[in-house]
Amino acid sequence: MTSSLNASHFLYLWHGTLWTIGLSLIAFVGGGLLGLTVALCRISPSRPLRWLTSSYVQLIQGTPLLVILFMTFFGLPQLGFKISPLTAAGLSLTIYVGAYLGEIWRGCIESVPKAQWEAAECLALTRGQRMRMVVLPQAVRIATPSTVGFMVQIVKNTSLASVVGFVELARSAQIMNNSVFEPFLIYAMVAVIYFALCYPLSRWSLRLERRGAFASPSATAALHQQAQLSLT
Amino acid sequence: MDSNGAAVVLRDVHKSFGANKVLAGVNLDAQRGQVTAIIGRSGSGKSTALRCIDRLEKVDSGQITVCGRRVDDPAVDLKALRLDLGIVFQSYNLFPHLTIEENIMLAPRAAKRMVKAQARTLAHEVLARVGLSEKAVAYPEQLSGGQQQRVAIARSLAMQPKVMLFDEVTSALDPELRGEVLKVIEELAAGGMTMVMVTHEMAFARRVADQIVFMHAGRAWECGTTDILNSPQTPELKRFIQSDL
Repeated sequence: MTSSLNASHFLYLWHGTLWTIGLSLIAFVGGGLLGLTVALCRISPSRPLRWLTSSYVQLIQGTPLLVILFMTFFGLPQLGFKISPLTAAGLSLTIYVGAYLGEIWRGCIESVPKAQWEAAECLALTRGQRMRMVVLPQAVRIATPSTVGFMVQIVKNTSLASVVGFVELARSAQIMNNSVFEPFLIYAMVAVIYFALCYPLSRWSLRLERRGAFASPSATAALHQQAQLSLT
Repeated sequence: MDSNGAAVVLRDVHKSFGANKVLAGVNLDAQRGQVTAIIGRSGSGKSTALRCIDRLEKVDSGQITVCGRRVDDPAVDLKALRLDLGIVFQSYNLFPHLTIEENIMLAPRAAKRMVKAQARTLAHEVLARVGLSEKAVAYPEQLSGGQQQRVAIARSLAMQPKVMLFDEVTSALDPELRGEVLKVIEELAAGGMTMVMVTHEMAFARRVADQIVFMHAGRAWECGTTDILNSPQTPELKRFIQSDL
């Protein structure tokens, strides 16, 4: 009944790994674009815009990713949208990641000292120029360690996409196990692969954090702590 | 233009932060081509007055005119105001992610649409004026506090302002670094730049200022030439001068 492990199984796992990486990239790019928008709206002078994005962040932070996935994959078709597992997973992760990155990045933008804004303002720069040329470049440096750290969370969270039938690493392991029934071995391999994806990111994040030259150490530490807290 | 031709005019300026009244009717005239030094104890409203002139703070009531432009007008053209005014802060506030010359080139390029080559020439010109030509490609963190402050002055000069404001620009510096910054300011004064400076450097104010404004309790308590430092009319200024010795 059960066949033994062979090369085609490993190929299958490899495909799953590629899809995990692909989905992570989709989530990071989509969530990053959304997150930047959210971060900018959160500090906008417009009160409705601030309220709207703040509500979005609160809502997503208080909702399990799993439920968001169910809503997009099973809920949207009910409203007449046909949606593939990939679209559902990509969309859900984008919505999820956008809220977290938006909040992390807002903190980074706000941790750029007010005096920098003022110096730029007194040099006759417009609000947009101040943001683009003075504040954002500094915020990016502050944000990099916690953002790279958050990418670890994205990679691990893509495993939830398996519940809507998207065949990434976790799902491909499940399917494979159904045929060979070697759960310990297979899931151990999967764990190793996830670790191999995440560990370099964690190390990178740590290294960036130590290097963080321009941010005040306390600001970076506080942000990092906040990022960690919001994830647990 | 204001009738008396002064570059900066404050008339009965009031400003509170919450229940804390910081400016309680300030009157001040800073003449063109002259150096006005604002002195006084911490909390007397010196820096707030300066920040109001640059519209970093909005006044509660009263009038402020800079080069004929009403700063207290809610619809004031802020960009035009900032093109007329240069300001140097106590904490330098250079942009840490940009090199020295990029710090200087940023505003002429962004606010005046100057082409890059021209902005770079200008940057080297103003750096030479503050004696830091060799630091053009360094980053702010590689410079001493005194050097950073001279760059901040150069950055402001590159915008060719009509009036320069200095907010306690040597207060964050070690005593041995103050001289180089004061020398730059003194040269600017000799060149006829209109300046309003908040300062604790009494000896410097004595030497360079055309007008001394002593602020006390949110008012320009006593104004005059540097003579008022030798023969103060009010007991408050007298006490202030004595405590400085």
